[in-house]
Amino acid sequence: MDDLWYSEYHSPNVRFSIKVSQQLHHEQSEYQNISIYESAEFGRFLTLDGVLMLTERDEFIYHEMIVHVAMAVNPAIRNVLVIGAGDGGVARELGRYQTIQKIEIAEIDQRVVELCQKFLPRTACGFNDPRVELHFADGLKYVRHTQNKYDLIIVDSTDPSGPGEVLFTKEFYGSCHSALSENGILINQHESPFYLTDAQAMQSAHRRILSVFPVCRIYQAHIPTYPSGHWLFGFASKGMNPIKDLNAEAWEALNIATHYYNTNLHRGAFCLPTYVEEMLKQDE
Amino acid sequence: MDQTRAPLYEALEDMRNARIVPFDVPGHKRGRGNKPLTEFLGERCMSVDVNSMKPLDNLCHPVSVIKEAEALAADAFGAANAFFMVGGTTSAVQAMMLATLKNGDRVILPRNVHQSVINSMVLCGAVPLYINPQTNKDLGIALGMSVTEVEKSIRDNSEAKAILINNPTYYGICSNLKRITELAHAHGMRVLVDEAHGTHFYFGNNMPLSAMAAGADMAAVSLHKSGGSLTQSSILLCGPNINAHYVRQIINLTQTTSASYLLLSSLDISRRNLALDGERIFDKVTRFAQYARDEINDIGDYYAFSKELINGDSVFDFDVTKLSINTLNLGLAGIEVYDILRDKYDIQVEFGDLGNILAYVSVGDKSKNVERLISALDDIRRLYKGKRSNLLESEYISPEVVMSPQTAFYANKRSVPISESANGICAEFVMSYPPGIPILAPGERITRQIVEYIQYAKAKGCVLTGPESMDVSRLNILEEVTPHG
Repeated sequence: MDDLWYSEYHSPNVRFSIKVSQQLHHEQSEYQNISIYESAEFGRFLTLDGVLMLTERDEFIYHEMIVHVAMAVNPAIRNVLVIGAGDGGVARELGRYQTIQKIEIAEIDQRVVELCQKFLPRTACGFNDPRVELHFADGLKYVRHTQNKYDLIIVDSTDPSGPGEVLFTKEFYGSCHSALSENGILINQHESPFYLTDAQAMQSAHRRILSVFPVCRIYQAHIPTYPSGHWLFGFASKGMNPIKDLNAEAWEALNIATHYYNTNLHRGAFCLPTYVEEMLKQDE
Repeated sequence: MDQTRAPLYEALEDMRNARIVPFDVPGHKRGRGNKPLTEFLGERCMSVDVNSMKPLDNLCHPVSVIKEAEALAADAFGAANAFFMVGGTTSAVQAMMLATLKNGDRVILPRNVHQSVINSMVLCGAVPLYINPQTNKDLGIALGMSVTEVEKSIRDNSEAKAILINNPTYYGICSNLKRITELAHAHGMRVLVDEAHGTHFYFGNNMPLSAMAAGADMAAVSLHKSGGSLTQSSILLCGPNINAHYVRQIINLTQTTSASYLLLSSLDISRRNLALDGERIFDKVTRFAQYARDEINDIGDYYAFSKELINGDSVFDFDVTKLSINTLNLGLAGIEVYDILRDKYDIQVEFGDLGNILAYVSVGDKSKNVERLISALDDIRRLYKGKRSNLLESEYISPEVVMSPQTAFYANKRSVPISESANGICAEFVMSYPPGIPILAPGERITRQIVEYIQYAKAKGCVLTGPESMDVSRLNILEEVTPHG
């Protein structure tokens, strides 16, 4: 068997590699380079422009954490807008709430969705939910034009170096603010505090969200295949507080089976390492 | 001519491949002598930063590859002769003026000329006859030259040697170049065109008329703006009735004898690119600009203006690649939106004046960046919208020329606080950046209105330049008045 490895630079001096059994697909779409691999350790995984997006083995951590935290704070969420998330994982987790009425998804790259439907059914199954409304559109433009008010906006973006760049701008967060209802919550993947480039993106995203939303908190998860394994999410709102307003009883009554998320971890996830708190304080 | 050729670029490639041992300047010797600079700019860049030598010709006296490259440029632009310029379009404007006007000669020109035009009058001693540009009061911008006004000025000043036309303006407004040229020629006046913002007129589809196509005598073209060459490179175009050898002598009065081959090759390569691919490039720019204009006008309160301004005279045509956006209905000055975009949104636009911003759209743009600009403007409206008030209606103040800029510039003068300067004769320039149009030029009467305007522009964050007093708290005025000196 060939000694075939997928490698990604986590910093200019650090490389992360997964032994690959085969490359299932590769193409250059209008927006990015899309690859799907098969591996023994992580199952199938998707990369965009050479950056790992998700693996079958650890995607549950990311998707549970980007969805359930907001849902446990405000069980009354009805209308959701998802930006990015072309793999369907966010839709799958949202689909588990009977109370949600509509899930709009704005993904820029139709090919990502099509390829995930073909090769990654474990996440792409999320698109089968009848409440999902899929739009192939630039996220920034979509939010600017939408006339709807959302209770929750989830930004499942790539890193700010790729097509996801616009989803880390002040103008984007401003448009989200306008598109959110009074109790609205914005959740975004918030990069990592560890390696320099990621940390800079994390800080600048925090600074920009702070300039738009009165409540702006950061929580963390451990995601083995992301740079440093230590990944952050942003929780921003017009008033709802992720700890004080946590409705643990109501969430537990829903009996949603999860592998990573639970309401104890919910509280703990907002307790950040000192060095991360210090980085965030610089902007507060 | 074969526009696929780029003689200067080819000669530089040959020189690099020949591995000539340099015992001439520049002393960095292809970058080896200055490692930090080479790391910063790159080895390829440093290896062609060379001095003029036999195979590379000499810009001051071109006989081979520069001559060929200039001939190809002339052909591409439809000119009789073209000169590569390395001192910015400022040097091209000065060359036009100095090649046409001598001490005491009169020149008809609009007030909204670039600083370089007035500076060149200090050099050559010409006397300006300003035609006040028509203004659009709602937008607070100067328009083009009205044919009637030009006709009147030509009739009243038949001794004038030349007329200078600023076409298109920074905002994209075009005058009736062909008619004005015909009028001027009929009265024996030369037609000089500051075409700094019009490179694409020569290459794009459905563009306004270019200076050379209109029959103008000379045009200064900033290839580094829409044409893609390096900053500070530019082209001077001449029509068939201009003595090119005399023009070269004039250029050599002030031009460096060590012209940068980085700048020169950028002109050669950009000319080739435009000649071969210009239609496609400017179609794309036009599409981007039109898309952004439509989206911005949808936001509300902003007005991204375009061809609807055309009125057959002072707005004879409009350059649709220009994305000029009026911000007055938002309750913000253009300069304020300009600052907010940069400080809060990390977006740098070309300029902001009292009522407008100009976002420069070019072949280098990506649609996601266009989306960012639109969304940022949308967000600014959400956050900052106020009442339309306290904004001066128009920034254009008709100048009273008392004497030539040269006479005033070199006269005995004294410094007074700006608040006490009214009624004096100004001995220096006052420019406001943006938009880079003179508020005062040497030899002009200072009025109360001008003083107020300067104070207002300062308060709004415009950068004022020109006077000896760096913060423009004082102005130099003439000791005594000798009218029409």
